[in-house]
Amino acid sequence: MPLLLPLLVATGLFTAGLYGVLARRNAVLVLMGVELMLNAANLMLVAFGAWLADTLLAGQVLTLFVITVAAAEVGLGLAIVLMVYRQRRSIALDEMTDLHESRTAGLS
Amino acid sequence: MNAAVTVVFALLGVLAVGSALLVVTTRQVVHAALWLVVALGAVAGCYLLLRAEFVAWVQVLVYVGAVVVLLLFALMLTKAPIGVSEDLDAGLAQRVVAAMVALATGALLVTVLVDGFSGEVIDQGATGGAPAIGASVFRSWVLPFEVLSVLLLAALVGAIVLSRRDVPGAGAADSVAGGR
Amino acid sequence: MSVLDLLLRLVLLLACFLVLPLVVGQIEHKAMAHMQSRLGPMYAGGFHGWAQLVADGVKFAQKEDVLPAAADPWVFRLAPALALLPYLVVLALIPVGAGQAVVSADVGIFLVLAVMGIGIIGTVMAGWASANKFSVLGALRAAAQLLSYELPLVLAAASVAMAAGTLSLPGIVEAWRPWWLLWQLPGALIFLVAGLAELSRSPFDMPVAESEIIFGAYTEYAGLRFALFLLAEYAGIVVLGALTTVLFLGGWKWPFLVGGLGWLWTLVKTLAVAFLVIWLRVSLPRLREDQLQRLAWAWLVPLALVQLMITGVVRVMG
Repeated sequence: MPLLLPLLVATGLFTAGLYGVLARRNAVLVLMGVELMLNAANLMLVAFGAWLADTLLAGQVLTLFVITVAAAEVGLGLAIVLMVYRQRRSIALDEMTDLHESRTAGLS
Repeated sequence: MNAAVTVVFALLGVLAVGSALLVVTTRQVVHAALWLVVALGAVAGCYLLLRAEFVAWVQVLVYVGAVVVLLLFALMLTKAPIGVSEDLDAGLAQRVVAAMVALATGALLVTVLVDGFSGEVIDQGATGGAPAIGASVFRSWVLPFEVLSVLLLAALVGAIVLSRRDVPGAGAADSVAGGR
Repeated sequence: MSVLDLLLRLVLLLACFLVLPLVVGQIEHKAMAHMQSRLGPMYAGGFHGWAQLVADGVKFAQKEDVLPAAADPWVFRLAPALALLPYLVVLALIPVGAGQAVVSADVGIFLVLAVMGIGIIGTVMAGWASANKFSVLGALRAAAQLLSYELPLVLAAASVAMAAGTLSLPGIVEAWRPWWLLWQLPGALIFLVAGLAELSRSPFDMPVAESEIIFGAYTEYAGLRFALFLLAEYAGIVVLGALTTVLFLGGWKWPFLVGGLGWLWTLVKTLAVAFLVIWLRVSLPRLREDQLQRLAWAWLVPLALVQLMITGVVRVMG
């Protein structure tokens, strides 16, 4: 199998994930975009690991680590999202501006 | 055999990228999570074809079995109407910029990868069965593994603290929210 | 393995998948009835109502396939298939006798646990797509339940895998010795209890608690799709029984009558576990939602960790 094939698939996933993170305003959907990007990185790790025929299996072991970290990230992220929802009945990211410097103060 | 593997991989890749695009563009919020299942499953299939059997099943167990269920859970606890929701995406300008940034990143990656690795071939000999992975994790990668366990513990504690309601001080925040 | 051999195995698998859940369902009808001092179905088929479930199947097939007006049509239609298919895959991986599995995999136990977790997405999809508040509540309960009980389930299975030194299901049965019944007893109990919770069976059936939320995620389903969910429930019992048998009860091993008849012992043990599951349904009242979570996190997870520790100590010392 040409090495380029998994790499291009990973690029596609990463691009889609990046668009999702930047264009969505629902916090859970943004987390989904992050997951896609992490998966792209994982796919690249596994593909390069297979290409190098690495005896330490670094690609696959690192992928396992990334999956673990991603699971922890989602757990914490969703806890935060639910906390935010409980406080303000909305998880739209662009409405969370309480700590934003106020526009008028910035202009004056 | 090898050509067949390549063709199947290409099909899975198209499936993964296609459903990933649907994840980030669909206007029905639960459908996004369901397309995410398809995308992650296709990636697991890609791992299988790359002979990373153990990683593929971890992907299914952790991502499809737990992460997506957690995401669906969060969607339903917040707001998941049936049908189209209009408030999932940012404004048109931001979306255009986002698409441009994403496409530029993608173009950059494709250029670098094609330049660096075109013509390279993956030899299908290497295997990633459970014994090999286990030996590798507990011999060469023990320290990162232990650090990871501490990280997981921290995440666990953090999640519990975040979702507790009987912590002193949290009640004040709740009453502020009630007053809004 | 020749193509013909594989084909034969697949046909056998499909037959088992269609017949065993019906057998379990019929046992449930009759055993429950007798435990409650009544007769149960007596007419269909003549002898003690043996054909009751076949008749039910015919009835389901004749019913109208209702799609609620506000439902999400695709997700609603896909959900039953997604709930049922994982069990078919798991059943294909169960070794019924020495070398007698439809598919054998190195990481069998891992694969089984991974695939079993997918079924819940079918329930969540069904609950959400039905456009019914009770359905969503049922789906949420089912998801919360699964996430909590996945951990003790995996830990208990990991203990056996550690004891046997392999992740392959036939390998675990080969390594199994009778004294493991005692050594792995806590693990077996944890596995069974967590499995019951994953299947939403009594006493963990809050996701379908009819007195609170009608029939949970399946409220809006009728006809064949509803029958598929029922089939999934009974197939789940068969799979749980078969897995408990393979992991904790020694699979096809028995003091006598082993040569060639190993599959019979697997079947007997599986049905015995299925009977136990039904017995528990008749005997125990439903838990409350908070009691359920407390049981998982305050009892099962620590117990499973202790079991894992004991297994580790014995493995290292022995």
